[in-house]
Amino acid sequence: MNMVVCVKQVIDPEAPPASFKINQSDNTVVPPSGIPPVLSPFDENAIEAALQIKDAQGGKITAVSLGINLLRDVVKKPLSMGADDLILLEDEAFVNGDSLSTAYALAMAIKKIGEYDIIFCGRQAADWDAGQVGSGIAEILGLPCVTLAKKIDITNGKARIERVTADGYEVIEVSLPALITVSNEFGEPRYPTIKGIMAAKRKQPIVWKAADIESESSKLGATGRRTKLLKLFQPVREGECEIIEGESPEEAAVNLALKLREAKVI
Amino acid sequence: MADYKGVMVYGESTDGKLAAITTELLGCGRKLADDLGQELYAVILGSDINGLAQEAIAFGADKVFTVDDPLLKDYQSDSYTPVMEKVVKEVMPEIILLGQTSLGRDLAPRLAFRLDTAVSMDCIDLSIDPESKLMLQTRSVYGGNAQATFTSESSPQIATVRAKTMSSMERDDSRKGEIITIEAGLDPSAIRTKVLEKVIEEVEGIKIEDAEVVVAGGRGIGSEEGFKQLGELAKILNGAVGASRPPCDNGWISDSSQVGLTGKIVSPNVYIAVAVSGASQHMSGCSGSKNIIAINRDPDANIFKASHYGVVGDWKKILPAFTSKVKELLDK
Repeated sequence: MNMVVCVKQVIDPEAPPASFKINQSDNTVVPPSGIPPVLSPFDENAIEAALQIKDAQGGKITAVSLGINLLRDVVKKPLSMGADDLILLEDEAFVNGDSLSTAYALAMAIKKIGEYDIIFCGRQAADWDAGQVGSGIAEILGLPCVTLAKKIDITNGKARIERVTADGYEVIEVSLPALITVSNEFGEPRYPTIKGIMAAKRKQPIVWKAADIESESSKLGATGRRTKLLKLFQPVREGECEIIEGESPEEAAVNLALKLREAKVI
Repeated sequence: MADYKGVMVYGESTDGKLAAITTELLGCGRKLADDLGQELYAVILGSDINGLAQEAIAFGADKVFTVDDPLLKDYQSDSYTPVMEKVVKEVMPEIILLGQTSLGRDLAPRLAFRLDTAVSMDCIDLSIDPESKLMLQTRSVYGGNAQATFTSESSPQIATVRAKTMSSMERDDSRKGEIITIEAGLDPSAIRTKVLEKVIEEVEGIKIEDAEVVVAGGRGIGSEEGFKQLGELAKILNGAVGASRPPCDNGWISDSSQVGLTGKIVSPNVYIAVAVSGASQHMSGCSGSKNIIAINRDPDANIFKASHYGVVGDWKKILPAFTSKVKELLDK
């Protein structure tokens, strides 16, 4: 089973909201100081999904990441978790795109990788939260796509996937090759082992520039954008919180109930 | 762009009726269409979809396009995408709106890429720019820490819309509209997926999306047992129990109780957040609540910034006393 997992380096979504700052002059997010970036958590779910298949029936996992200023400690995490290879699309030409131009570059890179049975993506990246790149890659490569997977079984060249819905899940069977996006309901990703971390340290990622993949430059990165970002801003939090106090926690609780009743909230 | 005209709403149904998100989209689409001086369309795909088109007209549509085919019984991107592509190429709408639902999340990007255009996902505000006449698409990004406004530079302009961010029009059954049938024209062999089973995970009591009161727990609740205590309070208030993501990931409560960016969007009258830190991802799902009440031991927790009333302290001590006092007050 040949598998490709697309992963993205993002600003740590668990960073305290107070550390989140925007540079109004160019509509960009200022990386919070002292808080290193991480792999988008849903992408770690996607790596875990691939690793479970590799554990069960063997196979090869290639992780692909697109961006610039990629910290090796961050983007090597798939390797330390158990992936076999890492390809970085690290070129100015690839960045500042929208979902479509990003999906295009990833799809062309996957085409160059050549052999794949399953391509995995996280359900959405924890920065722009769009959740489009997986569908985009599938569309460009002409593959079926199942989104929001929480369980995956492979039998007889087909994948049986539990897809998260609003009130439960649906079970979908898909022929391979296919693209699958993985949701957090899949379960916690594994921690890298010491052995894995050592192996990842020794392994050098393969870096591809725009010239290394067969692509039309007009479709890449900022040039390939179909959407225009007019404004990035932080929503204003309104109102004050009235803190209800008491001599003891129990008294504060009673005072809260009385207050809510008085204000006709309950 | 001149060839594209009209605002099209993708209609979804639940239990044989238009889904709430669809009537909300029709309300929003009506405004956009009126601002552009154009018509509002609805498109409904499915199998045995009688009655839905008339309902869409009552909620504001001028024209409804229906595609009724047994192959469209269950949503699959391989069947729905080509049918929508066909409908869009026939009708040529300038704007297409879908709900940010499990269907919309899957169909919208695939359709946009098939049509060689773009989509903005999970929009919370849509309007027409008076000068360019383009749709301004505002969506929450960075887990709710920021918002971004986009325009699409290709046609049609497509957006998915977050539940409960738009208002429906009053249903008016005297409204007149036109219903147009379109053939699916599907090739069954092109459908590479099969829906084997649909599993509804029943949650006891009232549905969280419909509840007037939601009692939600966070990571600090610590156990399944703790959520039972939240359940007692919810029962007294005739409400539902919700959760941020960690309790669901830990199996203390069902995944379908998750409130937030990747879970349910709720806007109850009362939202009681117990041991919830108030991460932006969670607040995205509940910030529309009329009254937010926080119980948290950390006075600097983000949840207090979004709340109207709060108590700082250990929920294990506060909740039982609060629950019994509420019960006493409501029993009076």
